[in-house]
Amino acid sequence: MSPTPKKTNPSSDVILEVKDLVQSYNGRAVLNGLNFKVRKGETFVIMGGSGCGKTTLLRILIGAQKPTSGSVHLFGEDITKAAPQELDRIRLRFGMNFQFGALFQSMTVGENIALPIQEHSQVDPSLIEMIVKMKLELVGLTGFENFKPSELSGGMRKRVGLARALALDPELLFSDEPTSGLDPVMTAVVDQLTLDSTRKIGVTAVVVSHDMTSCFRIATHMLMLGSGPRQGEIVAEGTPDEIRANPDPFLQQFVRGEADGPIAFRLSQDDYLKHLLQEG
Amino acid sequence: MASLVSLSVGFILAMQSSTELGKMGANSFIPDLVSLSLLRELGPLLVAIIVVGRSGSAVAAEIGTMKVNEEIEALRVMAIDPIRYLVLPRFIALMIMLPCMTIFGNCVGLVGGWAVCTLEMGMPTSFYIMRAMQRPELWDLYSGIIKTAVFAHIIITIACYQGLNVEGGAEGVGRATTSAVVYSILWIIIADTVLTGLFYLVL
Repeated sequence: MSPTPKKTNPSSDVILEVKDLVQSYNGRAVLNGLNFKVRKGETFVIMGGSGCGKTTLLRILIGAQKPTSGSVHLFGEDITKAAPQELDRIRLRFGMNFQFGALFQSMTVGENIALPIQEHSQVDPSLIEMIVKMKLELVGLTGFENFKPSELSGGMRKRVGLARALALDPELLFSDEPTSGLDPVMTAVVDQLTLDSTRKIGVTAVVVSHDMTSCFRIATHMLMLGSGPRQGEIVAEGTPDEIRANPDPFLQQFVRGEADGPIAFRLSQDDYLKHLLQEG
Repeated sequence: MASLVSLSVGFILAMQSSTELGKMGANSFIPDLVSLSLLRELGPLLVAIIVVGRSGSAVAAEIGTMKVNEEIEALRVMAIDPIRYLVLPRFIALMIMLPCMTIFGNCVGLVGGWAVCTLEMGMPTSFYIMRAMQRPELWDLYSGIIKTAVFAHIIITIACYQGLNVEGGAEGVGRATTSAVVYSILWIIIADTVLTGLFYLVL
């Protein structure tokens, strides 16, 4: 297929548009008809409990997985129907920060960040070295070029992952649980880095997270995915203030982090007493 | 490792054949037999099997670990094709190195045969070299090298396929490594049979 020319979208500030997105496994819908738009300059946070399909949604958004139906328009092009070469061209315009960094273990930190630049540009090696130093400074890890990922802590790996995701100066950054498993201080540091890249550099960010403190700190727009009886639908969407003010009990339970509420605590399949007596 | 195996095979070929050929007074054919079997068959096969154990398993484990670690996914998202970036260099490396190792193994095997013939049976060195060099035609060497190229193809394809399709953590990596070795050896032997049959029928 010949590469399609860049389309001029009338609402050009929409960078990512998801329409009627459905993903089902064995007839069970994990994502059930999602619709949302991400506009340029936003920090769009997707929240939701474990198993609500956050990771699946992110995998579809980056083109790692084809949805059952529906479309995802990134920069005006439908990535669900894009040929591999087209998809690669679109991928150069966004960066992805993986949950555990996904750094190449066989390479040093510097080589990890340099790889996308080496592969996709004809930049002089000395200049690449300089860009790597700049990206490392951006995430506060100057001087760590020659460390192996295995020699770094979890938080440092996440920061290197962010630096690598930003290596090609993308317009859009996807971030998968950037703060999970980090201590409060490191969480704040990583949030600050996300804020720096969005507010200062002007990157649009789509962040998947279930860390409420962190979500409210970085978000300009929030979306909550449902789980349990509301699996696969959007429970609420809006600015952080709108989310705080939203009376939906499902949403409020999640935001406040309470055990009691419409989100089921019990995941059991059988009745407890029956199960207990049968086994006995 | 490969040279030790080749040397041993050279010894074995010479010693085993000497018992039977000696009965017929045909000891002078031992060098022919050693060189022909090594060049055509045993050199390529044994070196390939050693490389499966050494490199095929390593490639499957390395790529499998990368898969588990989301590194493969990261490559794809960076618009870097994992086949081009990870598989192709390994393929080219093995396509070059396996024939080199086989030729080296053949030479070491011939030394093993020579050791038995001269030291044990008192055959003059010059006679051994003359027989071992004159009997095989260039085609015998080529047929071995053709086999080697096919084996290299099999080893890398299976190792990378198993590595790229790892599911389920460290256990999956272990399973992929085992499968890579088992299937590689199986397919190498099947391919060897087919190629030998083909060469036998055509020539």
